[in-house]
Amino acid sequence: MSPIVELRNVSKSFGSVLALKDLDFDVEPGEVHCLLGDNGAGKSTVIKVLAGVHVISKGEYVIDGTAVCISSPRSALDHGIATVYQDLAMVPLLSITRNFFLGRELTKGRGLFSRLDVAKANEIVVGQLSGMGIDIRDPSQTVGTLSGGERQCLAIARAVYFGARVLILDEPTSALGVHQASIVLKYIVQARKRGLGVIFISHNINHAFAVGDRFTLLNRGTSKGTYRRGEISRDQVLHVMAGGESLETVDEDA
Amino acid sequence: MGVLQESIKASIGPKGVGSDSARSERLSILARLLKRPELGALSGAILVYIIFYFLAGSSGMFTLRGMIEILQVSAEIGILATTASLLMIAGEFDLSMGSMIGFAGVIIGLASTVYHLPLYLAILLAFFICAAIGALNGWLTVRTGVPSFIVTLASMLILRGEAISETRAINGYTQISKITEGDPDSSAISLFGGNAAQSVFSWMAHHHWIDANEAGDPSVGGIPASILWWVALTALATWVLMRTRFGNWIFAVGGDKTSAINVGVPVNRVKVVLFMLTAMSAVLFAAIQIMQVGSADTLRGTQKEFDAIIAVVIGGTLLTGGYGSPIGAFLGALIYGTVQMGIVYTRSDADRFKVFLGVMVLLAVLFNNYIRRRATQAR
Repeated sequence: MSPIVELRNVSKSFGSVLALKDLDFDVEPGEVHCLLGDNGAGKSTVIKVLAGVHVISKGEYVIDGTAVCISSPRSALDHGIATVYQDLAMVPLLSITRNFFLGRELTKGRGLFSRLDVAKANEIVVGQLSGMGIDIRDPSQTVGTLSGGERQCLAIARAVYFGARVLILDEPTSALGVHQASIVLKYIVQARKRGLGVIFISHNINHAFAVGDRFTLLNRGTSKGTYRRGEISRDQVLHVMAGGESLETVDEDA
Repeated sequence: MGVLQESIKASIGPKGVGSDSARSERLSILARLLKRPELGALSGAILVYIIFYFLAGSSGMFTLRGMIEILQVSAEIGILATTASLLMIAGEFDLSMGSMIGFAGVIIGLASTVYHLPLYLAILLAFFICAAIGALNGWLTVRTGVPSFIVTLASMLILRGEAISETRAINGYTQISKITEGDPDSSAISLFGGNAAQSVFSWMAHHHWIDANEAGDPSVGGIPASILWWVALTALATWVLMRTRFGNWIFAVGGDKTSAINVGVPVNRVKVVLFMLTAMSAVLFAAIQIMQVGSADTLRGTQKEFDAIIAVVIGGTLLTGGYGSPIGAFLGALIYGTVQMGIVYTRSDADRFKVFLGVMVLLAVLFNNYIRRRATQAR
């Protein structure tokens, strides 16, 4: 299957600092591609390049086989590449429905009489969420009353509903408890079933191994290789992520 | 890892995650009411009327004339509070509203007395100029990142000073009289300063349904236009906020600016428009006063910005933005007007009015904080 999005030989520098060097990365429809690495390995830079926040310094950004110029988050979104940020882009005091349609409000009527179609919007939100196995009490309750996992799922459901083909999930499980994290991971599995490409960034290897089809390991801005599930063990991943030093060296020092 | 995968499978069960019967139960009416920002102001207003019923029930406060007077005082503050509530929900302040009233009055006064423009044109001119100044307030706030409290504090001083010095330079003193005399038949006078439903009131007086004087005319000529403007503006603002795309954006801008930007809400444009609206409500206030009394004073509207903010805060709007309602501001203005007028009827010390307001504001904020905690905490 041909990839939806590809980074070919991409480098990104900020002034004299080289944040990414000669990176190859791609995601196919219906797969979860995990991007793993320690803090500072360049995961955030990869996301921001894919999301259009940063423009690449060298190399090619390819969508559906053609090289494109992605210069803003909007243009990435127009190509169906949606990023679910850690800060979620949710307004806690607003209702679930209002958040879901925020910026892309569902209206009826024309001109001066254009107004929100609240009933239909509520219906869509309840439908979308229950389709993914989330049962909400009341779509008019504020997002502030939702748990972290539910908010994360709402953000993903929103991206899917508005036509995302590739979901970029930046540490979606990092702030969550075990149960909440499993809800989000389940949701990622659902998105994959629907044929979306999912880029899953995490430094929790357990979470990555629970849903990942492929794993790309990053260290200091360079790729340490891409592996299919089963080609690499968790210990090997840990070893590469730690920059070749195993955790045992800490024990020796101590 | 195995445990995790099992827990994922388990949570995919037939009814989905977290579905229990309690969640699908409809919320009771009381629970729904508790989520409304107006609740505090509504109970406050009821309480105020109960108190005054016992303190001043027989004093004439609850006659038709007394009530119309109360509503008139409330309406003036309420007109400002409506747009101020929208701006505060978007997380900003406009301290220049009071000075804008004086400034707009000077524009209307000078345009009609010195430049002999018809009243309609003079008022229209004031709307244009003040909306532009409001846009400037907004533009400075979003461009410089200086808090709107400071930006509009500056324009509050600038506008008041400019209004006084312009008027003194052109007119010789700081008041402009006989504004409506140059254009006495203008329908602008009745549109802003007239009474509605006059014939209905005469008819009711004739049938002794309402108080009448010896000549058989009603003691109240009709419903003052200001009250109708107040009600109409509140209804319009509520509709915009609750039922339009722009209203959704207002909530989002005040609730979480970064998130609003991330999902593509034009945050700066929303704020600039709202600053224009507060400025224009100040012009409406000025037009109503001038058409009622026929003169303008450069000191008109002094401290009205605080009255508006008090009404908005009593009405349940959070100072930090993202939560509130124009109906709450309506009730806040009603409480303000009722207490200000009612305290006179009780023959007690009218200066105590401010003491009452202070306590009211404090209670309202404490209550609102409690409501917000309920609204934002995960259950």
